Amino acid sequence: MITGEVWFKVPPAIKFIYTGSLNKWVGGKDLILHTIGDIGVDGALYCAMEFTGEVIAALPMSGRFTMANMAIEAGAKNGIIQPDEVTRKYVQERAKREFTFYESDDDADYIDVREYDCSKIEPTIACPHLPENTKPISEIGDIELDQVVIGSCTNGRLDDLREAAMVMRGKKVAEYLRAIVIPATQKIYKDAMKEGLIDIFIDAGAAVSTPTCGPCLGGHMGILAKGERALATTNRNFVGRMGDPKSEVYLSNPAIAAASAIMGKIVTPDMI
Amino acid sequence: MEIKGTAWKFNDNIDTDAIIPARYLNTSDPQEVAKHCMEDADPEFVGKIKNGDIIVAGRNFGCGSSREHAPIAIKVAGISCVIAKSFARIFYRNSFNMGLMILECAEADNITELDELGVDPEKGIITNYTKDEEYTTSPVPPFMKQLIEDGGLMKHVIKKTGLGA
Repeated sequence: MITGEVWFKVPPAIKFIYTGSLNKWVGGKDLILHTIGDIGVDGALYCAMEFTGEVIAALPMSGRFTMANMAIEAGAKNGIIQPDEVTRKYVQERAKREFTFYESDDDADYIDVREYDCSKIEPTIACPHLPENTKPISEIGDIELDQVVIGSCTNGRLDDLREAAMVMRGKKVAEYLRAIVIPATQKIYKDAMKEGLIDIFIDAGAAVSTPTCGPCLGGHMGILAKGERALATTNRNFVGRMGDPKSEVYLSNPAIAAASAIMGKIVTPDMI
Repeated sequence: MEIKGTAWKFNDNIDTDAIIPARYLNTSDPQEVAKHCMEDADPEFVGKIKNGDIIVAGRNFGCGSSREHAPIAIKVAGISCVIAKSFARIFYRNSFNMGLMILECAEADNITELDELGVDPEKGIITNYTKDEEYTTSPVPPFMKQLIEDGGLMKHVIKKTGLGA
């Protein structure tokens, strides 16, 4: 900034259209995992990913943030969604200055346009050791877990915590499993506390952390030992990501993670 | 100016956790992070390379977390240049900003481990002395070459503004 100059490459754009309606236990996380599974971890290298369609229009900000958060896992420069009334409400409650909404040009060029029929998208799991190694949960088989992480920048918003708490209410996490809940921000942490969500997690036997990157990158609090396996709502599952290079990380949405913490293996909430 | 070195090969999608595992990021000391360069992709790597050697990789080198320690670890470990079929965006930017020479080359697959390479970044030509072949690299704009020559963005800005003199 001191020189008044910054260097950028202008990204080509790819449009992703999500049609139909979402299946039970499917949210923004599943849409983006499904998409990365389709195009690969460099499928949108240095591109802008624009998410559109009736499903995106109906998606709350939390799900939209999750999708934008993980655009980088497809190599993208950004993940964008045309602002609408949902966006306006969110921004109006928070903006401290004037803001302008920009829309994509009607004649914008896209290097690719991909369409997904969401009625065919199940809860989606990314298997070790790349976010593109995705499987629908019906094909995941018996994956036993040592640790479940719910939250983070990817899935630590109030909606995410509500979903997880709804699944965990009155239940106990599996014996020997470490369940860690990490709200994305201090505000979300406080809101979750006021709603009683934190009580639900603690009563279920989970550890609730202050907002932190913590275990996502093997930093602290839940570092995986050799041979251990985690399911996390975070965004990356590379070799050694959460600790020992011989550990494994699977990625899912918060409802699946919560149900899996209860059962000690990867399941949907309908299976507990 | 030609860079010469031995090629060390890596696959597609080498992520920044493999280039510099987060468990070593309790320090930002370049010499310390360099000791663990590429450790989770090849634990022997630092012990077997010579100063000036060249990393040759497949697609999407440097994907994952934004971590300026990744290009720093590679540079300070003694690697003169990274050649890959493509680079992940954040690593690409971090490399120029940290002054690590990186070159995109569609023919990177033609290079075998331990091939002796010569790289002329000005002309965008890689010479494979072992195989007697030549490859071309994607062009880099002059201002980005200048970033590398100046040793990264910070040094470039200091030079340009005269600050810190």
